[in-house]
Amino acid sequence: MANEFILEMNHITKMYGSNAVLKDVTLRIRPGEIHALLGENGAGKSTLMNVLFGMPVIHSTGGFEGEVIFDGQKVNIASPMDAMEKGIGMVHQEFMLIPGFSVTDNIKLNREITRPWPVSRVLGKDLEFMNREAMSADARKALDAVGMNIEEYTLVSGLPIGHMQFIEIAREIDKSGMKLLVFDEPTAVLTESEAQQLLGVMKKIAAQGIAIIFITHRLDEVMDAANTITILRDGTLVTTVAKAETTPEQLAGLMIGRGSEGVIHVARREKELKSGIAMSIRNLWVNMPGEVVRGVDLDVREGEILGVGGLAGQGKIGIPNGVMGLYEAMGEVTFEGKKIALGGAGAALKAGLAMVSEDRRGVGLLLDQSIEDNIAFTAMQVHGDFMKHFLRQKDTGAIRRYAEEMIRELDIRCTSPAQPVGTLSGGNQQKVCVARALAMKPKFLFVSEPTRGIDIGAKQLVLETLVKLNREQGMTIVMVSSELQELRSICDRIAIVAEGKVVDILTADASDTAFGLAMSGKKIKEGESA
Amino acid sequence: MNNQNKALAHVSKYAVTYLFIALSALFIVVSGLDINYVASQLLLRLNRNAFIVLALIIPIIAGMGINFAITIGAMAAQIALLLTINWGVTGAPGILLAAAITLPLAAFFGLLIGKLLNKMKGQETIGSLILGYFANGAYQLLFLFIFGTIIPLNDNVTIVGASGVQNTLNLTGKVGLYTAIDGIAHIPFLTALYIIAGALACAAVVQYLLKKISVKRLAVTLALSAVLAGVFSIPPIAAIFNGTHGRVIKLPLVTWMLILLLCLFNSTIMRTRLGQKFRAVGQSQTVANASGINVDRTRVIAIMISTVLAGWGQIVFMQSDGIGTFQTYAAHEQVGLYAGAAILVGGASIDRATNLQAMVGTFLFHSLFITAQSAASALFGDSAVGEYFRAFLSYGVIAVALIMYAWRSAQQRKAGQLNLAEQSR
Repeated sequence: MANEFILEMNHITKMYGSNAVLKDVTLRIRPGEIHALLGENGAGKSTLMNVLFGMPVIHSTGGFEGEVIFDGQKVNIASPMDAMEKGIGMVHQEFMLIPGFSVTDNIKLNREITRPWPVSRVLGKDLEFMNREAMSADARKALDAVGMNIEEYTLVSGLPIGHMQFIEIAREIDKSGMKLLVFDEPTAVLTESEAQQLLGVMKKIAAQGIAIIFITHRLDEVMDAANTITILRDGTLVTTVAKAETTPEQLAGLMIGRGSEGVIHVARREKELKSGIAMSIRNLWVNMPGEVVRGVDLDVREGEILGVGGLAGQGKIGIPNGVMGLYEAMGEVTFEGKKIALGGAGAALKAGLAMVSEDRRGVGLLLDQSIEDNIAFTAMQVHGDFMKHFLRQKDTGAIRRYAEEMIRELDIRCTSPAQPVGTLSGGNQQKVCVARALAMKPKFLFVSEPTRGIDIGAKQLVLETLVKLNREQGMTIVMVSSELQELRSICDRIAIVAEGKVVDILTADASDTAFGLAMSGKKIKEGESA
Repeated sequence: MNNQNKALAHVSKYAVTYLFIALSALFIVVSGLDINYVASQLLLRLNRNAFIVLALIIPIIAGMGINFAITIGAMAAQIALLLTINWGVTGAPGILLAAAITLPLAAFFGLLIGKLLNKMKGQETIGSLILGYFANGAYQLLFLFIFGTIIPLNDNVTIVGASGVQNTLNLTGKVGLYTAIDGIAHIPFLTALYIIAGALACAAVVQYLLKKISVKRLAVTLALSAVLAGVFSIPPIAAIFNGTHGRVIKLPLVTWMLILLLCLFNSTIMRTRLGQKFRAVGQSQTVANASGINVDRTRVIAIMISTVLAGWGQIVFMQSDGIGTFQTYAAHEQVGLYAGAAILVGGASIDRATNLQAMVGTFLFHSLFITAQSAASALFGDSAVGEYFRAFLSYGVIAVALIMYAWRSAQQRKAGQLNLAEQSR
């Protein structure tokens, strides 16, 4: 072999504005190896792959620094099509298949085998007839290669979800000159036996000399299939190790690590809470696209701050959205001994629950309306607060007084309570959301991704506000966040969700390894926890 | 799925079509019109309108909904016809000249329409409808002011003493465009039917001998041709067509060959790489784009083809038997509406259409058109009700089709979600 590596990405740095999302990352892949790429959300995996595929988002934000060497040559990958032509393929996490097409038509999409005829010789290749027999034969060969015995003429729409992944792979294999394949969380939607089969296929493909980049969060799969493992954290390269030299526990620890950024220090509670259960959730299923919850059992103690963590797409955000009735949900939720009807936001709000949504601009705020109206809106609708008794008119005076109090208390930076919310910064918008939830005078508050997209100073303020509410008013808070550091800094307990279920409930000072394993779906064994 | 469920699904999918079959039958009986007259009118209107309706199929398959902007294709054809009349080219050469002028003109308009529709993805149907209305204004400016002043025309087509084109242009007599295609050759309806049945049977046998189709398929095709020929040979039915009652019903041979050619074109293009692109783009723009298909370009091509075909369809319509005059400012107005309604009546939807649906739809839609007036005067003693009914029908059908489409996609989304929940268990 001429080159030791099929792909070298050397010293890649990528800035979005002044924010570095990749800092001097180097990734080297050998031909025929399965190279696992690990990291939390935001560690830089997707950005690195975007660089590799020349995605428009990279070019339109000023490109990147560093060099990419593919197959021995320095390359400049201009677009995903360009990457495909060079022999880099992607097995997408969300299926790129057309449901109404047959398996063959999907595998050969835009690469149809065609026959010319007189008209097409004049008017161009687009008018050549499709040669269905040749296409079927090719599709059959590719399907056999991935060990699928389905008929190549069946429609994709009728197939189980697990099969679609294999068709995606068959399509990539069918492309001639494929040298490097990227698998992005390929086993996320598969059953256990299908996942096993997929790993087998990956090994078979690798044995043919095609290199594979395997992005996953399931550490047991990494240990089963990968030859080499690269770990990213916060946009930097942590390490690249051979599988034989590591353990899942070590990997989990390396993935999490302890960043110092964004940590706030809050005085720990002096004594353990000995109160009862405020809310108990039993067998909760939530049909939230991208965040499906599959049978969660969870007890929330009175007066605590409970963190809910886990990787994106695993279902943690589905929990508050399901309980609050924003998405279709099944299961049993009891709050202070009373059952809460799922499937409509009214019931939960009336029972004294409130939520600060992760979707600030969508569900959270009326952007064109003033700060004061936003704060008062839900309370007016649900409880009839801020209303004059006569003819039930809006009590603007009361709203103004309350808004001014909130602006002072939460330190919302604005010109006046009448300023439209859309003109505020992200952090201040978030505070308005909190104020609105507080206007409901809730006994129980869900906070979903409260610090997403706001700067560090604002993060600190939002988190301090939550702690203050909890300590001073005794409000029970459930905070869902992708940022583990945040959860660890203010929560009493942290539930980790993976694949729609609560895997483990850990204390803030549990080891990185314990958190890392839980996020990949494994509960740390008894006695092992640090 | 058991048979009963299948039948139910079929009926619900083609509910509009079955409703129209029932209505047509009712109207024909109630109107008390002579069956020979109805049959001849129906075939006449089929041969007049089928071409335009067939022009709608490709954009539907490419996921752009019903291209109401075929109205603009019709306008292109009318510009071409005006020039042809102005230059005094008559007969078949005149038609060929008009078609030749229509091609680049409609293709250019189609390019612009396609580019605009690409900027309003998801709202193509309503976008093309409004675009048709907008273009009507530009068309009037062109015909009222620009023609005759900036672009000089002969006196025989302009309004004497003012600018602009005459309100009505005669196509008969010296102009020589009336029935320039229809009049070339005629063939009795029954003879045509027997030839088609025979051809179908022969083709099936040949294909079977070449081992392209199974015995079952052969048997079905043979039986179908036999039934077709047989039914129309039954004396009372044959009597409608063979002149026993009323006139012998004849078909304009060349027009029908053009219509068949267009059907063939529609089905042939679907077997090419371009056809596969239309389908892929129609089903999922995201996936098509990910596999390297130029989605926008494919959609523009679909609209360009449709616009040109619609233009030619308008020429076929204008020359056809029983028209004779060119309503300069109105001839294009209802083109998109009637064609869109017709294809929907045939069982097509916003995202699915076939040649057969276009033909059946045109047939049913116009059977109501022919009988509505007489049926209304028989039922209500007032033929004006029939006029209202026609307008109600066209818009109603389109509204129902849009609602059904929205309803069905909502159902599908729901089913998809349930499916997810079930699989995750």
